[in-house]
Amino acid sequence: MIGYLFLLIILAGAAGFFINRRAARARMAAGERLHSMAAFHGAYAVCLSALPALVFTLLFLLFEGPIVDAILTASLPADAVADMDPGQLSLVEAEIKSIARGNVFGEPEPWKRDAAAYYAALRHNATLALWVAVIAILGVGLALARRRVSARFRARHRVERVIGWIMLACSGTAVLITAGIIASLLYESIRFFEKVPIGEFLFGLNWEPQIPIREGQIAGSGAFGWVPVFVGTLVITSVALFVAIPIGILSAIYLNEFAAPRLRAVAKPLLEILAGVPTVVYGFFAILVVAPAIRTAGATLGIDVAPNTALAAGSVMGVMLIPFISSFTDDALSAVPQTLREGSLALGATRGETMRKVLFPAAIPGIVGGILLAVSRAIGETMIVVMAAGLIATLTINPLDSVTTVTVQIVTLLIGDTAFDNPKTLAAFALGLMLFIVTLGLNLVALGVVRKYRELYD
Amino acid sequence: MSVQDTDIPAARPVDWRDPRILARIRRRHARDGWLKAAGLVALLIAFALLAILVGSLVYRGHSAFTQTMVTLQVHVDPKKVKPERLRRGKYDDMVEAALLSHFPEVRSRADRRKLTKILSKGARLALRDRVTADPALIGQTVTISVPVSDPFDQLNKGLIGRSTPEERRIVDDRAIAWFDRLAEKGLISRPFNTALFLEADSRFPELAGLAGAIRGSAYALLVCFLISFPVGIAAAIYLEEFAPRNRFVDIVEVNINNLAAVPSVVFGLLALAVFLGWFGLPRSAPLVGGMTLALMTLPTIIIATRAAVKAVPPSIREAALGIGASETQVVFSHVLPLAMPGILTGTIIGLAQALGETAPLLLIGMNAFITEPPGGVLDPATALPTQIYIWADSPERGFVSRTAAAICVLLLFLVTMNALAVILRRRFERRW
Repeated sequence: MIGYLFLLIILAGAAGFFINRRAARARMAAGERLHSMAAFHGAYAVCLSALPALVFTLLFLLFEGPIVDAILTASLPADAVADMDPGQLSLVEAEIKSIARGNVFGEPEPWKRDAAAYYAALRHNATLALWVAVIAILGVGLALARRRVSARFRARHRVERVIGWIMLACSGTAVLITAGIIASLLYESIRFFEKVPIGEFLFGLNWEPQIPIREGQIAGSGAFGWVPVFVGTLVITSVALFVAIPIGILSAIYLNEFAAPRLRAVAKPLLEILAGVPTVVYGFFAILVVAPAIRTAGATLGIDVAPNTALAAGSVMGVMLIPFISSFTDDALSAVPQTLREGSLALGATRGETMRKVLFPAAIPGIVGGILLAVSRAIGETMIVVMAAGLIATLTINPLDSVTTVTVQIVTLLIGDTAFDNPKTLAAFALGLMLFIVTLGLNLVALGVVRKYRELYD
Repeated sequence: MSVQDTDIPAARPVDWRDPRILARIRRRHARDGWLKAAGLVALLIAFALLAILVGSLVYRGHSAFTQTMVTLQVHVDPKKVKPERLRRGKYDDMVEAALLSHFPEVRSRADRRKLTKILSKGARLALRDRVTADPALIGQTVTISVPVSDPFDQLNKGLIGRSTPEERRIVDDRAIAWFDRLAEKGLISRPFNTALFLEADSRFPELAGLAGAIRGSAYALLVCFLISFPVGIAAAIYLEEFAPRNRFVDIVEVNINNLAAVPSVVFGLLALAVFLGWFGLPRSAPLVGGMTLALMTLPTIIIATRAAVKAVPPSIREAALGIGASETQVVFSHVLPLAMPGILTGTIIGLAQALGETAPLLLIGMNAFITEPPGGVLDPATALPTQIYIWADSPERGFVSRTAAAICVLLLFLVTMNALAVILRRRFERRW
């Protein structure tokens, strides 16, 4: 149905374009000198008909669901739903909707049947209203635009202003997305902190996100202290950096100073492949190859290694970060002015000495910026740790143990659970908020460092 | 005053042959050599890791591209299937009878049940589809190839070692003997695994395929493209060509750079709270997945478009302005077409990233168990990366090779898209 509506809007827009353009051309043929070209008169018709209809439809579709639901909730008999908590209420509403779609299971109470009929009627009326409104908008718009075709009408100016507004709105979406992220994270986190004190979350040393299934259950209250989760994240991040920093920096030094141009031309894209591999692939690689290898190695050496050790997830994450650090180091080294390099060489330093004593120290701010960005990546990385790291939060810094991370907890808390009213799911949003704050801080610092460093030499 | 008059002490002549100096130079060069060697080793380690990554996946995955089949002569018994109720016939009985006819000596009920375990649960479906398509087959005997179940598939591929002790094997010696009898008769074949591409997910590894995931990913990418491409271009053009220097534009620019670095799982949280929570869009739908991916692709497209637009030389704009075009006309008729190859390259790279993105799709429920390919953007579906995640989590052994095979398919798509981007850049990029 909605597809046909969009088709109608597109067809009406196209019709308006051609009608107006023909009208404008007819006037030109009659010898009038029009202010705007015929195509702009056509575009004006689109701006007046299809565009508002489209915007109206999208807004209508976005808000139809919540509004119809609100009306439905308000219409439910008060005595039947009086003592229901939000979770039960949403279940009942889902049942009513499923009845309205014709999937009746068992014998629903009469009031549910009535509500379903009411709901179906609401939906029907809403769709009808949408169609009527869209057709009205299209008709009025087309008629208005057609009457405007005249020699003195400045269609081009009008159309260009509309295009300007559209472009402004599009660039505003970037702000809107950030605002949406912050609003949704804050909103759900505040609801979480109403149930769990913020101090307990920030400084608690236990993370056991359970909720009591029945009243008075022993040890069912759960603990929501994010410290062990965050420490686990840091452990895995450290392992990753331990792998990525030496390999990344040394390979960049080699490519930048010693490699033949042809090797460089082949090696750089090959390294970039490592960055383009989806993280779910790295995760599978970690459980398929790396974790068993580490376990075997540990067994040979007589060391007790946990089955999902932080070492496996961390080292694979390190592989993922190699190209990242390598390309940042390479860029930073290349950005050091050629004069410094030549000066050092002219004083008799070897190429290696130039690199170690001149270029590398000069490039350190840029490299540090790159490493900070890599840290922020590692903290926010999800799939590798979801697949290869542990689920239980233990407060340890031993990389041979199994640890969990912020992202792992977010995913495991939210998979298969949609109820937004218990601390377990809300905790995921609180963790998400912390993740967002930490990575945002790191990114801002890193970008600042890199920018300052660029200004130094530009 | 001439130079000679100044009082510079005469430089001590350096004896470059002095063994101490020679030793020092040798030491310095040796240190150079060490640095160079360390760099080369680091580079080689990185390449080795890449090779191990791709190699292990291909090694594990290649066997899933074939499927062991057994060819049977099945008598389509008119007593067991009625023309008017084609889909409800007792096809499993017929297929099992055809298999048992090769083993007349197996009599006991328990043994017969064990013997029929060789067949996949999908065997009857193959026969059912065949008969449904051509009801005239009822009463005749048809030759049909049906998949064998996962343990025997792995046995045939050598993934279950015959030399491992019987108690640690999923198939015992008698079952192996039966299977070998079938193989001796030439009934076992191993053709290309078409089910991997034509079927959707299944609990049984030998029946599971990627059709649903591929279609789900395609729908999600389509939605992602339809949203992020126009919005991204419009935003980039505004910022690059029209925007005044003011606070709003500064905020937008900082925002875009930060969005590109926000962890993907945070976008999943946003989608869960806003798209599913507030607007009530359906779970697991490619529409929501595509919208979420669009949010993540947008910064990539905006940054690529700005670079491409910036690369168009001002002379083009000035020439167009000079002959009377308005600013909008200059941008849309001249700058944009010239920048299009660069924009498309950036878009394809952005879409390739979106194709591999997993975490946000998990949060909006695109990791459900769905056995039918989606018919539209609102149907529940999985995507390729989430399907990989589901299979990697499955306990059945057969899913290990299938996960690796699915990864190979995903990587193939990614390589194709990136190659397309490179070709576009090579062919159409203009140096001004």
